[in-house]
Amino acid sequence: MSVAAAGVAKTPARGIATLAKPAEWQLALPLALAYAAFFLVPLLLLLAVSAFEDEKITVLGFANWRKFFGDPFYWKVTFDTVKLGFLTVIATTLIGYPIALVYLGSSPRWQRVILFIVILPLLTSVVVRTFAWIVILGREGVINQTVMWLGISPAPLRLLQTEVGLVMALTQIEMPLLLLPLLSVMSRMDPNLRDASAALGASKWRTLFKVTLPLSLPGLIAGCMLVFASSTTAFISQFVIGGNRLVYLPLLIWQQSLVVYNWPLASVAALTLLVSVSLGVVLIATLGRRSKGYVHA
Amino acid sequence: MLGDILPNKPSSKGGQVPTRSADPSISVRGHTVDLDAVTHRYGTLTAVADVSLTVRAGEIVALLGPSGCGKTTLLRLVAGFLRQSAGSVRIDGKPIDALPANQRNVGIVFQNYALFPHMTVADNIAYGLQAHGRPRDDVRKTVERFLEVVRLGEFRDRLPRQLSGGQQQRVALARALAVEPTVLLLDEPFSALDKSLRLDMQIEIKRLQRQFGLTAILVTHDQDEAMSIADRIAVMNQGRVEQFDTPINVYDRPATLFVTGFIGTTNLLRGKTLHSSNGTTTIALDAGVQLAIASERHFAPGTPILLSARPEQLHLYGEASADRWPVRRRFALPIGPNTMHDLETRDGATLKIVEQRIGAIVDATGEAWCGLRTEARPSLFESSSQP
Ligand SMILES: Nc1ncnc2c1ncn2[C@@H]1O[C@H](COP(=O)(O)OP(=O)(O)O)[C@@H](O)[C@H]1O
Ligand SMILES: [Mg+2]
Repeated sequence: MSVAAAGVAKTPARGIATLAKPAEWQLALPLALAYAAFFLVPLLLLLAVSAFEDEKITVLGFANWRKFFGDPFYWKVTFDTVKLGFLTVIATTLIGYPIALVYLGSSPRWQRVILFIVILPLLTSVVVRTFAWIVILGREGVINQTVMWLGISPAPLRLLQTEVGLVMALTQIEMPLLLLPLLSVMSRMDPNLRDASAALGASKWRTLFKVTLPLSLPGLIAGCMLVFASSTTAFISQFVIGGNRLVYLPLLIWQQSLVVYNWPLASVAALTLLVSVSLGVVLIATLGRRSKGYVHA
Repeated sequence: MLGDILPNKPSSKGGQVPTRSADPSISVRGHTVDLDAVTHRYGTLTAVADVSLTVRAGEIVALLGPSGCGKTTLLRLVAGFLRQSAGSVRIDGKPIDALPANQRNVGIVFQNYALFPHMTVADNIAYGLQAHGRPRDDVRKTVERFLEVVRLGEFRDRLPRQLSGGQQQRVALARALAVEPTVLLLDEPFSALDKSLRLDMQIEIKRLQRQFGLTAILVTHDQDEAMSIADRIAVMNQGRVEQFDTPINVYDRPATLFVTGFIGTTNLLRGKTLHSSNGTTTIALDAGVQLAIASERHFAPGTPILLSARPEQLHLYGEASADRWPVRRRFALPIGPNTMHDLETRDGATLKIVEQRIGAIVDATGEAWCGLRTEARPSLFESSSQP
């Protein structure tokens, strides 16, 4: 009976085997379809909508493109958005990289604790975290109370609705995105490399700049790209902390599409955001790769 | 000039003091390393317990022991990656306990080589020189010289991952040697290499060590490796040094039962002491024989003892005699030119005996008598010292 079963089993087995080859690309099909439906099609729609002149989307023409790029206000919004992204990347790196170094030097138990603290913010909603920052940054907030108590400034600092305050909040909010790829790369680094460096006479700083930093660069670059893309498009945080005084592209898109109902202009702003975020990400990747060659030398 | 220090010519004067190099920039003088009652604890676990060793200048000492006995920990203490809980490490008589790893000038080759993966072979070798602030020209020349020394000149621009295991190890050696370390530390340097390459690298390390007159400490759990490379072996067990002696003494005059069991194969036979005097101890084995054994140790009459005899120290006979004991042959295995006999004594102990095959037909089963070979010198241990 088992012989018969084996004989029968042979044919379907071969059937599966022949199926397996073309299935390799077929396996990617669902993802490709989802990608097409939810990214490519909307993108094409966006492009199409931006090519209309009026709000009812009836007259073809590039009036909104000319309006957007002819007006210094929109240029400034675009510039501010990209600037916000880079400031957040710099702040998260300056604070996050030392945290990663502490993680690297910790015992496995402390590494788990640090990892948990890093992931913790991801478990709370962005809205909640952003409102918490209002409490921290406000006139009567934690920071101002500390500043006044220390006598650093006679009057409360204005932090809400300023770029500084927003960058502070985004630094905390986006920190997990920097640290997760960074820590994953760092924990895969051979600890003997740092010992080898020390045994060869290198100081802690030399080891940091010649060994640890270059080898953790892929994780740092990945983290910076995520932070940049996420902070430039962080509509809730930008809006809640920046208010109406600070206008960034996401807020502009929202106003144009859902308040003013100028869909063509909103499309132009959206495409501009897409392109500038992509350019920023590419720039970070290029800088990272360049500095890698530089650090190694 | 390089010809002088490149020992491609077979060294006819083996065992000689390291060849004096014609190149004055290569240090040839070895340095001494002393470990003084060194203890290291990880939390409550004592990984190294009260170890005292003296490594002479230009000597290779092997730390040999089973996995987890504290060899790597001891090496890391010398390198300065760990700070010992108690005791002191001295190089050339000067304590180095207060020095961080980067000021000890100790060369180390890791088990996994730990080459900098983002640097070329040449950059790896240059790393330590640059860290020592050597002038650029000096760095370049030294790198060239060491590429020669380990015969990797044509691979200078390769990345470590583009090299074979043996080549990676040579880079690791060159990198460690380029800064002229006082001591070379090697942590299981051959365990990642396949067998045929191992011997080559063992010879290479021995050659470099001779060439530079280096003092070296080699960690291994492979007794053959320790026996062939080291001038002296420190056999470790559970954080302690059980014996520190020459390879021959460690093999032929094991200090403890652990050493006997760990190095080589041995047969253990139970018995008790009858009397012990003038370097000879007479014992009665449970296997049914009385033997007089040469032994420096003195045993009180009646002491339960274990006789440890290597397979090559025993011989099988066809007939009985006063200094032979009866055994039952269980089976025989041909191993190359030898036959290994598996035997059982009257008291149930298993014996292994290796005899050369000389063409005669050998019984694989049946009764026989076993005795010590004439020149054989087995070891005696108090059986309470059994682990
Ligand atoms: N970083 C560490 N933390 C805690 N225990 C350790 C650490 N490193 C080694 N040990 C323990 O110390 C003992 C000796 O380890 P090691 O020196 O690596 O042994 P070996 O090199 O002889 O195999 C082992 O029991 C090991 O589990
Ligand atoms: Mg080890």
